[in-house]
Amino acid sequence: MTLSEHPIPLPAADAETVTPKPPLSKKERMQIQRVEMPEQDAILRAANFREVNLGLTEQLAMLEAERCLECPKPYCIDGCPVRVNIPNFIRHLRDGDMAGAAASLLDDNALPCVTGRVCPQETQCEKVCLRAKTGRSVGIGNLERFVADWALANHAGSGASMSQPDALGKTVAIVGSGPAGLTAAKELAKRGYDVTIFEAFHAAGGVLIYGIPEFRLPKDIVQAEVDRLVESGVKIQANAIIGKTYTLPELRAQFDGVFIAVGAGLPVFMNVPGENFKGVYSANEYLTRVNLMGAWNPVSDTPVLHGQRVVVVGGGNVAMDSVRTAKRLGAASATIVYRRGPEELPARAEEAHHAEQEGVIFEYLTAPIEVLGDENRWVTGIRCVRMALGEPDDSGRRRPEPIEGSEFEVPCDMVVVAIGTKSNPLLTATAPELEINKWGYIVTDENGMTSMPGVFAGGDIVRGAATVILAMGDGKRAAMAMHAYLTPPEPAELPTA
Amino acid sequence: MHHVLVNERLSPNVTRLVIDAQRIAEIRQPGQFVIVHLGPGAERIPLTIADGDREAGTISLVIQAIGKSTADLVEVPVGGTIADVAGPLGRPTELPDHGRVLCVGGGVGTAVILPIAQELKHRGVAVTSIIGGRSREWVILEPDLRACGEVITCTDDGSYGRPGFVTEALKDALAEGGIDEVFAVGPVPMMRAVANLTRPLGVKTTVSLNPIMVDGTGMCGGCRVTINGAIKYACVDGPEFDGHAVDFAELVDRLSTYRPFEQFALERRGACSTTAEDAAAVAAAVAAATTPAGAAR
Ligand SMILES: Cc1cc2nc3c(=O)[nH]c(=O)nc-3n(C[C@H](O)[C@H](O)[C@H](O)COP(=O)(O)OP(=O)(O)OC[C@H]3O[C@@H](n4cnc5c(N)ncnc54)[C@H](O)[C@@H]3O)c2cc1C
Ligand SMILES: Cc1cc2nc3c(=O)[nH]c(=O)nc-3n(C[C@H](O)[C@H](O)[C@H](O)COP(=O)(O)OP(=O)(O)OC[C@H]3O[C@@H](n4cnc5c(N)ncnc54)[C@H](O)[C@@H]3O)c2cc1C
Ligand code: SF4
Ligand code: FES
Repeated sequence: MTLSEHPIPLPAADAETVTPKPPLSKKERMQIQRVEMPEQDAILRAANFREVNLGLTEQLAMLEAERCLECPKPYCIDGCPVRVNIPNFIRHLRDGDMAGAAASLLDDNALPCVTGRVCPQETQCEKVCLRAKTGRSVGIGNLERFVADWALANHAGSGASMSQPDALGKTVAIVGSGPAGLTAAKELAKRGYDVTIFEAFHAAGGVLIYGIPEFRLPKDIVQAEVDRLVESGVKIQANAIIGKTYTLPELRAQFDGVFIAVGAGLPVFMNVPGENFKGVYSANEYLTRVNLMGAWNPVSDTPVLHGQRVVVVGGGNVAMDSVRTAKRLGAASATIVYRRGPEELPARAEEAHHAEQEGVIFEYLTAPIEVLGDENRWVTGIRCVRMALGEPDDSGRRRPEPIEGSEFEVPCDMVVVAIGTKSNPLLTATAPELEINKWGYIVTDENGMTSMPGVFAGGDIVRGAATVILAMGDGKRAAMAMHAYLTPPEPAELPTA
Repeated sequence: MHHVLVNERLSPNVTRLVIDAQRIAEIRQPGQFVIVHLGPGAERIPLTIADGDREAGTISLVIQAIGKSTADLVEVPVGGTIADVAGPLGRPTELPDHGRVLCVGGGVGTAVILPIAQELKHRGVAVTSIIGGRSREWVILEPDLRACGEVITCTDDGSYGRPGFVTEALKDALAEGGIDEVFAVGPVPMMRAVANLTRPLGVKTTVSLNPIMVDGTGMCGGCRVTINGAIKYACVDGPEFDGHAVDFAELVDRLSTYRPFEQFALERRGACSTTAEDAAAVAAAVAAATTPAGAAR
């Protein structure tokens, strides 16, 4: 719905100059339809790397905020992995109290500019929002992004004041600067620890920097979050590969506490013939070249192939990011090959939808069996087989099985493999006393502590490939647990039961 | 931030840089490499740690300027800086502690052989180095290797030492017998030729592979090579492998992936173009030239 056809008088843009408006009734709120996120036109954006979602205006955000019913038992909070107090920040926003909204949001969520853009809200808070029962949920993610961007632009912080870094005289090492590491760093610095982040790459941010493309998560936003951390006293040591430059036991000896958040960085290949032909990339390599190394910009020294007909294998966010990147680098055709159906697509709904709008072709129920190449070993196509869904597997999803005789070829000159990642043994190999499971992921207790006392872990290296918000939740939980471990409350403060 | 302390030309296109890198100098072992990144916009390039001084906290890199990134690197003057040096990466060389070993170095590969020869000598292993270059001025690090044992020098044009390729000198040395192991590092065709010579004799042969890399930590898979039919990542499983098990043809092929880009990068460097029009022109040219198979057929 556009603003002019709106049935309800709109809140004024400058809330301070208007007399308080009477609160709307529930019925009136129910009449307001969900505000759509303004986006760049699909044809234009498929040829540039600028952000697709343009963000709500203040007016639109305040209108959307009116849709929240302020449920006495807000389901949305239960749906959020880190339990952001959603109705609270929305209420401040609705009242035009941006600073209050920002303080409330930042108290619960260390990186709201990021999560407001990349969280799968449709399977979390928005899925269980009361309004979703009878229609469309409140646009919680869009509102989160609006408030977070306002806070960033206005240098507003959370209410919780930072104490002096190293006020406690205790040191913490954090390994990896993805969302789990950044969140833990922020929480521990806030509590007075002297925090050093060790990062293997030359730049901090993890997947937020090297994986998720600019058109979905602008890099200056991630950089601003990293800068804020550094300003608050957190040290970042780049080019430090734990397991190579230093070992985990060395860190353990030098720091009072260690938090491991190295992600699940190892690519998985398809294990089919032809996979080493020129023109076959892992999604990790493709996206790292384009994002971290800036290969989307032709004057960057790092090259990347500009496929004209590109096939991306996989159906998750990583596959969508790869295929949409290929489009933007000039691919005339860009196809997703996914072995299950549209219902099972693990990507965020918005991403798959945007990819479709941008002209990406989806071959569902299709699995690759061979990469084809010419005499110079350049990729010329990919041989696939159609699949049918059989009995449910361990994950509860129906297992795809090949249909005999259904083989066909998709001609292409570039293939990106985005079928998952696994744990990197680089760090764990240097710490035999660290317990890992059979997939190589680190085992932790419910507080995030590993089998090595004082060493905590979280994010993808514990869960396997998961989400930004779950990694952040782990970072926060481990920070609290580490604080309790390193700085137990004074006995006098304990309840005398 | 790392400072260049020495910048010394060893041959017409090979330069030795000594840089400060305290931690890496302390723990590096023969066979390991670093990834160097000059600064924003630059490529990450893998380079073997040719030597190091633990006390001074420095490492030396021996660099052949063959493309834009290596050309930029060797031009950093003494006192200049390199933004990022990550490492030490890769597995250390598995070294014997007795016997007779041949170390074969071709071109800049001689720099990779040096730390291996040094450590072998330290362990009391008899080392003979066979090194070569196009002509006299292309032979590098001969005095350093002499300190580790006998050195046989070869030049293609016969202007210095033995005329011919290193493989011919190797053939003779092998014929004499008594060789327990061979280490060979150089251009891929040279390493392949060495492996082909030693295979029938059953002499253990280790080669150091130089596939294209990005991260150097196992996260991209770009450096994958085929060893005995199985995929290995050169950055974490190597870079040294059993020369008799390597699929050299695949390595040569994968190294050619970005040839058109490399050409444009060098031309762009020559022209020093930074304007938007130039960028657009490069983009168009690169896109046209790299429509991978399309343009070729
Ligand atoms: C392309 C892509 C798109 C995605 N899209 C979404 C999305 O839309 N929404 C969503 O919720 N999730 C998404 N995800 C998943 C999400 O990004 C991850 O779940 C999340 O980043 C995990 O965070 P982390 O902190 O555990 O690890 P990471 O973000 O992986 O960060 C780990 C960091 O540790 C560093 N490191 C690794 N090993 C070492 C070592 N030995 N020493 C030092 N440092 C090391 C790495 O370089 C990296 O910087 C996406 C993932 C990818 C790859
Ligand atoms: C483990 C390892 C150790 C190495 N040690 C040394 C060394 O000690 N001294 C030295 O001079 N060179 C070494 N190399 C090779 C060096 O990394 C490349 O020559 C350099 O990256 C080329 O960059 P360029 O832009 O100058 O050339 P380009 O114009 O990009 O390429 C020229 C040639 O180098 C190859 N190449 C391009 N990019 C890379 C890359 N990222 N990694 C590997 N090869 C690439 C190309 O296939 C091409 O054949 C090593 C490579 C590896 C993998
Ligand atoms: S469940 Fe929906 S309507 Fe209820 S408080 Fe949360 S966002 Fe508002
Ligand atoms: S360089 Fe990326 S995996 Fe080896």
